[in-house]
Amino acid sequence: MSGGFEETNTFYMKTVLNEQQLAITIKRLGHQILENHVNLENTVLIGIQPRGIFVSDQIVREIRELVPADVVKYGKLDITFYRDDVRTSLHAPNHTDIPFSIENKNVVIIDDVLWTGRTIRAALDALLDFGRPAKVELCVLIDRRFSRQLPIQADYVGKSIDSIVSQKVKVFWKEKDGKEEVVLL
Amino acid sequence: MQLSVKHLLGIRDLTRQDIQLILDTATEFKEVLQRPIKKVPSLRDVTIVNLFYENSTRTRISFELAEKRLSADTINFTASGSSVSKGETLLDTVNNILSMKVDMVVMRHSASGAPHFLAKHIPAAIINAGDGINEHPTQGLLDAFSMRERLGRLEGLKVAIIGDIMHSRVAMSNIYLLKKMGAEVMVAGPPTLIPKYIQEAFDIRVEYNLRKALEWCDVANVLRIQLERQNQVLFSSLREYSLAYGINKRLLDSLNKEVVIMHPGPINRGVELDSDAADSKQSLILQQVENGVAVRMAALYLLSGGRGSMN
Repeated sequence: MSGGFEETNTFYMKTVLNEQQLAITIKRLGHQILENHVNLENTVLIGIQPRGIFVSDQIVREIRELVPADVVKYGKLDITFYRDDVRTSLHAPNHTDIPFSIENKNVVIIDDVLWTGRTIRAALDALLDFGRPAKVELCVLIDRRFSRQLPIQADYVGKSIDSIVSQKVKVFWKEKDGKEEVVLL
Repeated sequence: MQLSVKHLLGIRDLTRQDIQLILDTATEFKEVLQRPIKKVPSLRDVTIVNLFYENSTRTRISFELAEKRLSADTINFTASGSSVSKGETLLDTVNNILSMKVDMVVMRHSASGAPHFLAKHIPAAIINAGDGINEHPTQGLLDAFSMRERLGRLEGLKVAIIGDIMHSRVAMSNIYLLKKMGAEVMVAGPPTLIPKYIQEAFDIRVEYNLRKALEWCDVANVLRIQLERQNQVLFSSLREYSLAYGINKRLLDSLNKEVVIMHPGPINRGVELDSDAADSKQSLILQQVENGVAVRMAALYLLSGGRGSMN
């Protein structure tokens, strides 16, 4: 699935978004979500564990500067138990925290990289166990075009990139990695 | 991320990391159990047989519920009313069931070591749901989970296991687990119900006075007198046992602190635990049962997966 990579070969690194571009992109995504959901009362934001949380945390911070902070409902969803590759490799779960009902709400799912689409498929299944949302949208920081294995598309895209299967997209975050950057390896 | 074992036969075989992984995974499953739809699809391609050669209420229901919450297919087998009474051996029974494409076996048996024997002869993953007087690993895990949840830690916690230590698999699993996680352990009860070698074997405290034990501990895990496993007279009467080792609210209130009371069930009310103590807010007994499902889900989940990487 998208996101997690262990080794980092810095030799072949190509910057997709530098720190300044990343900040601008996050700001834009926040504004776009707000533009489509002017009345946030009926909208909830849900970040996908583990790496989508870094994006969703920042987008939510951005939105909270524009509207009264308490209107923004923000949760975190872990999809480990819904993965389709549980028989090939086992993953340790992360924490799910959705302290509100999603029944009849507009849900915006937020993740870092949209690649095969399998994570989002799992996220949709997991989400529906919490209730029946009125509408679900997808917001991703990076969209790896032409590499989808399922019919899933994002509604808000930070940046689209063309990449081949053997390439990897890595997103660095200040809190975790000491720098803020999106690179193609 | 994987357990160091293929089967869950006893806490004795687990590492500290294994225990940590199971408890942490159980925390996330407990969250799943609060959702409107309390079910995940993780084990939908797995079939599990619950083999119960010995009576059980809590453990059997808890395992079955855990399996269903994970979307596994389940079959229940109880020895009474089966071909066991016609003389079929354990291995034959299990091999027959496995030939119908069953992936995991949850087993309770009155003979200590029965699941270990099975593990040597069959390819399926085995979870011990209690074997004789040896171990009851998922009970040990859910006890630890409940203690950690209530008191925030296991390291340095003072736990007294009180009652029939000699015949208790729950005591064994608790001792192994708590020692591995850095808790301080004491066993308390009449000398005839405490094995002589236990102090040296496990490096734990032994106490024969109930009041002193309660004054020392943060958590009292009270055990049932296992009359069905005792073939000689080890104390004169249940009434006398109750007078010396029964815990009631008055005794608890006379201590200058609040001891957490646990019991693996079934309770003999009025023997080891009086109703006013068992049903007080100091008691964790029903939370233990609730946590049992989450802990068993974690054990089943962690033992079911990653088969592809092993091939």
